[in-house]
Amino acid sequence: MDPNEPGALPSAVIDRDGLDALIATLAARGYQVLGPRLEAGAIVQGPVGGIDDLPEGWLDVQDGGSYRLERGAGSALFAHVVGPHSWKRWLYPPKQALWRAERRDGGFTVTAPDEAVPRYAFLGVRACELAAIAIQDRVFGLDAAPPVTDDPPTDGAAAGGTFLDPGYAARRAEVALIAVNCGRAASTCFCVSMDTGPRATGGYDLALTELIGDGRHEFLVEVASELGAELLGTLAHRPAETADIKAAEAATRRATAQNRRAMVPGVAELLEANREHRRWDEVAQRCLACGNCTMVCPTCFCTTVEDTTDLTGRHAERWRVWDSCYSLEFSYIHGGPVRTETSARYRHWITHKLSAWHQQFGSSGCTGCGRCITWCPVGIDITEEARAIRDSQGPAR
Amino acid sequence: MATKPTLAVWKFASCDGCQLSLLDLEDHLLAIADTVQIAYFLEATRAVIEGPYDVSLVEGSITTANDVDRIKRIRKQSRFLVAIGACATGGGIQAVKNFRKVDDLIGAVYARPDFVDTLSTSTAIKDHVPVDFELRGCPIDRGQLFELLNALLNNRKPLVPTFSQCVECKRAGTVCVMVAHGTPCLGPVTQAGCGNLCPGHDRACYGCFGPTETPNTAAMARRMAALGVATRDVALAFRSFNANADAFRSEGDRHERA
Ligand code: SF4
Ligand code: SF4
Ligand code: SF4
Repeated sequence: MDPNEPGALPSAVIDRDGLDALIATLAARGYQVLGPRLEAGAIVQGPVGGIDDLPEGWLDVQDGGSYRLERGAGSALFAHVVGPHSWKRWLYPPKQALWRAERRDGGFTVTAPDEAVPRYAFLGVRACELAAIAIQDRVFGLDAAPPVTDDPPTDGAAAGGTFLDPGYAARRAEVALIAVNCGRAASTCFCVSMDTGPRATGGYDLALTELIGDGRHEFLVEVASELGAELLGTLAHRPAETADIKAAEAATRRATAQNRRAMVPGVAELLEANREHRRWDEVAQRCLACGNCTMVCPTCFCTTVEDTTDLTGRHAERWRVWDSCYSLEFSYIHGGPVRTETSARYRHWITHKLSAWHQQFGSSGCTGCGRCITWCPVGIDITEEARAIRDSQGPAR
Repeated sequence: MATKPTLAVWKFASCDGCQLSLLDLEDHLLAIADTVQIAYFLEATRAVIEGPYDVSLVEGSITTANDVDRIKRIRKQSRFLVAIGACATGGGIQAVKNFRKVDDLIGAVYARPDFVDTLSTSTAIKDHVPVDFELRGCPIDRGQLFELLNALLNNRKPLVPTFSQCVECKRAGTVCVMVAHGTPCLGPVTQAGCGNLCPGHDRACYGCFGPTETPNTAAMARRMAALGVATRDVALAFRSFNANADAFRSEGDRHERA
């Protein structure tokens, strides 16, 4: 039996105390548990020591360029969806030391940073976030998928995802993933159309579905790994009954129905065929080229390398920091930047994400999480931009 | 030691805050003094060594006819000239006079207007002489100042990005005040580099690092209006520390006239 098959192991039900105990168990096993917390007017991941740290009763109301917290009707712990941070902040931090060097008589010595690999448990990972982690696994060479297109790969495409990023791999290997199936979607969510959610279908250790109402507050627990089975074994639980599974299915149906946005079908070919389009100039009138969309995207992985020295020049360091394709420097090659116009930068981003990614990494680079819509200061909507191009093509082909 | 590169610090119309950032480099100050010869820095010492200078840091904007001559002499004596701070790179807050009749302002402010001899504008150093590098900010970030000196001494390019403040926010993990609180923020059109000072403290960016490399101030202004900022206040937002920087000046003009 493959424990990664959903439903391969019988599911169970725990209550609020069980969830609290799960957090304690993870901590006792040496995990730093990160989960949703209220911070600066948003729900973001941070250290959680127990269920009291979770944003009980809070909802996030999201739309293009807007995010607001509201009190929900009940005491749900996971009624919110995804916030401004994604798990890449921990799996692929904004600033990573690559090496340090000391000048010694006539030469220099290089040392790799020997930072201890953190051991995280991610609590509350949504289906779209599991999809994003799976995409980054391919990008960083953990799970090199062969390209799915028939196009002959360019050199770059052949290389994509075939190099293992050791830092990512080390952090990723230590992570415990406690997923949460969404029972509510934000207006910015479009996971259904990207086939990534709202229900997690694997790639986690445990998946929880919050079952709340009619006087009960419990969690359906599904197991997809040995670690997950072990963790569940430490908790007081009862076997799931049909009614529990039906309630979980209803939650999934609710979140599915609330997916108000959708990506147009065939978007990879659509964008490929429209490298020249007036919409690129039109979106550039609105786009600030601020880079927020790339920074919040859970799959965007671009970084730049920064070299620093001390005043004497005897000590040097190389750092990798998050970068964005919306900056001029990003496309700087001999003679100047290649993408000087914002239209070219927006086109590059959306086309890479939704189209070229397939050739490079064997899937879309978009999970439908909606972060780029919410956290774009002017609310530019990736689904809307794709649809505008589709609609300009005349009646559906 | 004669072989140490020489450093000069010059002041024009300014508040001295940026040159004080050099003294603020407390931990690094001794190392800097070991590595460079501080040849001209009246804020720190009256001892003056004659030029030419390897590196000149120029603070302040050009507001008098005498300034125009003096910056040309400084340029001639300087191998590498760096304009530091919003005054030197964008005319500073005093560039608000560029948008009024200067005689009216002088008449309103000074008891003896005839004592005042000034140009009608406050302008950046680059408007008068070629500038090799600019450090933005009101005041400049001392980390960037140190990076600049460090890079010059080690013959490498300074790590001073020209992208938006938003990138700095996101790297730092700051929740966006514009999206999450509805607070109008100039960050998307403002160059990064302050060390995430305002958004990191739940405040909107005031734009003190001046325009980004490709600022879409028109879209920014539309967003501010949608968030309820009155046209006059949109103009004022662009009329602050970097009022005379090209993109901010023209956006301010558009809304002042509106
Ligand atoms: S492109 Fe936008 S919706 Fe798609 S994964 Fe990235 S942030 Fe989410
Ligand atoms: S699409 Fe939005 S978030 Fe992305 S660069 Fe443009 S304005 Fe910024
Ligand atoms: S707080 Fe301001 S600077 Fe930071 S991301 Fe939001 S708009 Fe950009």
